[in-house]
Parts: sequence; structure tokens; C-alpha cells
Amino acid sequence: MKNLKKSSFVVSALLAVILVLSACGGGSTGGNGGNTQAGENAGANNGAGNAQEGTNAGKDFRIGMVTDRGGVNDKSFNQTAWEALQQLESDTGAKVKYLESKTDADLIPNMNQFIKDGYDLTWGIGFLFEDAAKTVAEQNPDAKIAVIDTVVDLPNVESVTFAEHEGSFLVGVVAGLMTETNKVGFVGGMEMPVIKKFEAGFKAGVAAANPDATVLVNYVGDFNKPDQAKMAASTFYNDGADIIFHAAGGSGNGVFSEAKDRSKSGKKVWVIGVDKDQALEHGDDVTLTSMIKKVDQAVLRVSNDLIAGQFKGGEVTVLGLKEDGVGLPETNKNLTDEVLQQVEEFKQKIINGEITVPTE
Amino acid sequence: MDKWRNIFNPSSVFVPLGAIVLGLLSGAVIMLLGGYNPVDAYQALFRKVFGSPYDIGETIRTITPLLFTGLAVGFTYRAGLFNIGADGQYIMGMTGAAIVGIKLQLPWFIHAPLAVLVGAIFGGLWAALVGYLKASRGVNEVISSIMLNWIALYLSNYLLRALLLEPGQQRSYFIHESASVSIGWLSRALENARMDWGIFIGLIGAIVFYFLLWRTKQGYELRAVGLNPDAARYAGINIKSSIVKSMFIGGVFAGLGGVFEVLGVFHYQVLSAASSGYGFDGIAVALLGGNHPVGIVFASILFGTLTYGSAGMNFSADVPTEIVRIVIGAVIFFVASHGIIQGIVKPFMASRRKLDKKGAA
Repeated sequence: MKNLKKSSFVVSALLAVILVLSACGGGSTGGNGGNTQAGENAGANNGAGNAQEGTNAGKDFRIGMVTDRGGVNDKSFNQTAWEALQQLESDTGAKVKYLESKTDADLIPNMNQFIKDGYDLTWGIGFLFEDAAKTVAEQNPDAKIAVIDTVVDLPNVESVTFAEHEGSFLVGVVAGLMTETNKVGFVGGMEMPVIKKFEAGFKAGVAAANPDATVLVNYVGDFNKPDQAKMAASTFYNDGADIIFHAAGGSGNGVFSEAKDRSKSGKKVWVIGVDKDQALEHGDDVTLTSMIKKVDQAVLRVSNDLIAGQFKGGEVTVLGLKEDGVGLPETNKNLTDEVLQQVEEFKQKIINGEITVPTE
Repeated sequence: MDKWRNIFNPSSVFVPLGAIVLGLLSGAVIMLLGGYNPVDAYQALFRKVFGSPYDIGETIRTITPLLFTGLAVGFTYRAGLFNIGADGQYIMGMTGAAIVGIKLQLPWFIHAPLAVLVGAIFGGLWAALVGYLKASRGVNEVISSIMLNWIALYLSNYLLRALLLEPGQQRSYFIHESASVSIGWLSRALENARMDWGIFIGLIGAIVFYFLLWRTKQGYELRAVGLNPDAARYAGINIKSSIVKSMFIGGVFAGLGGVFEVLGVFHYQVLSAASSGYGFDGIAVALLGGNHPVGIVFASILFGTLTYGSAGMNFSADVPTEIVRIVIGAVIFFVASHGIIQGIVKPFMASRRKLDKKGAA
């Protein structure tokens, strides 16, 4: 009986704690609600300042986003897309939400969650969504879906891809002009069509700017293997390369790490970053420039189209140099005006069609 | 009747139930501390799992691989082996099924069973390799099986690339329709949830698990080896062959998990940089289920329900993923720590027993 009393005391104490805390919980939930309201108002103000959007233009819209296994804090693709949606929320008042996929099998149920709940647009971020988005779009012909980096040819899906080869061409030009050893390197993640576009564009850019330069190529086989990328970079630098362009996601951090080690011991080597301005993360000592892929612009563009009633289902939008979807960062501390001028010339030639950049 | 009473005795039922309740309660406290409403969150979890036919179907789909890998770990554990390699066996099962499903063209009544069988044998042989190393060379099965996980992953990627890859894709070709084990009418009935024969084969697997271990001479030997290898050897049991056999059977279970993922859920295999982790979840499932088939079935249901339902807490109740995972971790923690729960549940049971006796008198 003694024990019984003791354990019922434990249980009732637990219940008491829960009751007390739930009161607090209720209060703070209300507080959050207030914040959301405030956020929306602020958004409205921004919107008013921004003539294009008007007041709370998107407040009746709900937009969902499904990540791949990388999750929403991957410091890359998914994160950029989610930040863009958060910006959309504060600009237009649209409601945004994300779901993370723990395994590949979660992609379809996660997309379905948004669709069955009546969301106005569901994003699938990354090439992995090709089959999932296709299945879901076929089963729900009324739902609007958008995918990035892959193409789904269905009337209710808008696909956005990037002309990575065009941006890579420009950083290839930079590498060709800046190399002192006439040897540069390319480290890729997985050997697949998207990454092949980076390689092809880079090679073409190097060749256009400096026909004498050679390009060394290595694929490490994964986007999450910085150790192998570091080894690959080490081999390239030992072979006499002085600039390495990486298109290897998280693996690319290994390339930066190797370059930093060498800089410390007094040897000047460079890395060209990818996806966003990596000089911000890795510093200007080793980051020559970056090949930026504006996933955020793509997400904002399509989402704003939806709010404006101009969702382009069935279309494939390719964002290249012309659309400002790829390119160099705005500030490049390590590039001389001369180099930047040449880059600009090549850029114009690509935009007006004088140069066609190969994709493989 | 007695048998069932042995399985469902008060402590085997009330301890896990008490554990789940306690786990949910402490999860609630954590959510309250984070400023989220636990009632909403648990309702959202419940709705996500049982809210629509689609969700029920997808929950079953989530449970299936956990059931198989749970059986794989549980079976070998009964023979005294800690099988951390279920992940690799699972991958080999996927690969075997994908090769047969894509490369061969056969009538459906041969094709699908053959693909299932080959996948199961791939998984079984992969595990038997670990058993052989342990039996003949004394290599610790924990080390060899965890290393073979990586070899399986990269071997599978290599085979995919060499034989099965669809050009321009990060996955294999689709398997032929004749090799599919999806159940079309059931999927249609459940609003396009991905349904296949996997869950039924898994439940049959649990029954086979029970009969092999407790109703055959071989099973008796396996358990004897698990309980005390020296005594078993003294009793004239061939320990080496018992080790290889139990690993093979465990590997078959894990391999089947991978088989149904390919033939039933995806219909292709993806080039993946990392394993799915089902093999490791299987360890938790087996331990939660006390390495007993009935326990493993329930543990996989619990695990799968929480896994699938957690997206609902995230979606409808706005609880961040991190907190959802802490809550689920808390539930599993309490279910796994029998001792804590027994201390709390026992007094209640003791008083009940007294009442029962009074009633009988």
C-alpha cells in the first residue's frame, strides 16, 4: 500500500505539473498568434512599400514545401528555398510551411499532406522529386505543384531548372585568366546530368579564356564526403593546379579545408565556390569567386506568379544568365576589373547567343 | 489458451502500456516547456495515422520494413548474436530483387515470387557470411556486420550503375509489371496509398519465427546456443552450423524488407549515398519487442505509427521537427527502460491481484 501511495503521488504530481504548464502553454500560444499577426502587418507595410505586391496580396494563399533527406537546415538547397518562402510570407502574407523527409519513401506522403489539406502550391525541392512529383501530380490533377532541378511534364506541374553550364562557363573564364600554372581542377559530387553541366560549362569557359590550360576532373561520388573531396583537392594541388572549382555540395567543404591548409603554409591556391557566395562562409583568402545558383529567386518567382494568378503549369522555366538565375556574386574582392570586364563580355556573348555553352 | 496467457500476462501488457503513457506524458511536458499545446499535437499525430484511408495505408507501409528488420535482429539475438548488419542485408535484398525484377522477363506467377526469393537469399547469404566468419574464424559479428553494411551499400551502388541504371537518372529502370508485388485494388481502396504484400509476408514471417525457434529441434538448438554456447557444445550441438544458420535466417528477414521496398513501394532502386537506416531502427524494434515475434510485431507498429504520425504533429500542430523527435525519443526511452516502469506499475498490479483473490474467494 505504501508503494501504491507513492506511485499515485508521482502520477498526480505529474498531472499537476502538466495542468500548470498547459495554462502557460495556452498563454504563449496566444502570444505567438499575436506575433504572427504583427508579422503580417509588417509584411503589409513592406508590401505597400513594394508597389509590385500591394497589401497582403498573398494572405489567402498557402504554400507548402517538401525537403529531401537533407532537411531544412542543410546550408544549401533546401535552406535557401525555405528562406525564400519565409521572405515571401513577410512580403505578401502568404502562409508557408515545410515538411522534412526522413527517407525517400516519405516524399510522396509529405507532398500528399499538403495537397490533401488544400494548399495552393506544393514545392518539391531537388532532382529526387522527379518520380514522386509525377506520381502525386497524376493522382491529383487539380493540385498545383512546382519542382526545382528536374522536369515533370504534366499540366499541373511547373518545373524550374537552371542553366548551370552558363554560370560555370563564366567561372571557367575566371579560372582560365587567373591561373598561373595553366592547370585548374574540377571536383564534382555525384556523376549525374546536373553536375555534368557544371563540368562541361567550366571546361568550355577555361578553354575560351585560356586555350593552353588543362582541366583535371574528379568525382568523389557523394555530396556529403568532405574527406574524399579534400584528398581529391590535395592531389590536384600537388599536380600543379592552383584553382579548383567544386560542384560537390557538402563535400566541397573538404576542398576549402585543403586550400586553407595550404594557404597557411604559404602556398597561394584558390577555390571557386558553388550555389551561393561561399566567400561569406570560407573567407576571401581562399575563395576566388562562386558560381551562384539563385534557388531563392526561382522559388519567389514561381510563388509570386501563383499569387498573381499566373501559375505556369506544364511549363519548364530555365533560369540562365539572361534571367539572372546563375552567375557570379555581386562583390568579388579577388578579381581585378580587367577580369570582371572579360567575364562581362563573355556573359553578353552567351546572352545574345554568340556563344552556345555545351551541357555535357 | 495457456500459451496466449503466457504471452499476454499482466506484466507483458501493462508494462509497455504504462511505458507508452509515461512516454507520452513526458513528451507533453517537453512540448509545454517549448510552448506548444500537447493535446493538439497528439490529436494531430492520431489524425495523421488514422485520419484517412490513405494515411492508414501509408502507416502500414511505414511499419513493414521495421517489422522485417526487427525480426532479423530479434532472430539472431535469440541465438546469441548481435546483428547490426540488418542494414546491409536489407540493401542486398533490394539489389537482388531489383536485378531479377528488371533483367528477367517471366510470367507474373513465376517472376514476382522468384524476385522475392532471390532478394531474400541475397540478404540471407550476406548475413551468413558474417556467421561463417564468426563460426570459423571467431570474428566478432558486431564488427564484421557493421563493416559489411558499407560494403553492401557500395556493392549495391556499383551493381546498379553497371547493370540497372536508367541513363540520365539516379535510379534503376522500373521493374517489369510482372515482378510487382503491389496490390492494385487495395491501393485504390486506400486512396492511392502504396500497398503491397509485404505486411502480410511480414506477419507470416513472425509466425515462422515463432515456429522455427520454439517448435523445431533446430530452433531448440539455436536457443540453447544463444543461452549458453558452452553448455550447448557439451550437449553435442553443432555451434558453428547453428551460428551460420541463424544468421542466414535473420538475413532472409532483413532481405525481404528490402525486397518489398523495391518490388512493392518504389518499383525501382535509387543510387543512394547513405543507407535508409531501417536496419538500425530494427535493433530498437527487436529490443522493444523483447526479441519475441509478438512483441516485435507490436513494437514495429508503435515505431511505424510514431514515425509516420510525427509528420502530422509537425504539420497540423506546428511543433518543430526537433521537438517531435524528442517526444518520440522519450516514448521509446520509456518503453525500453522496463525497470522504471515496473517500479511504477507493479504496486497497481499487486493491489489488483489482491482484489482478484478477494473476488475469487
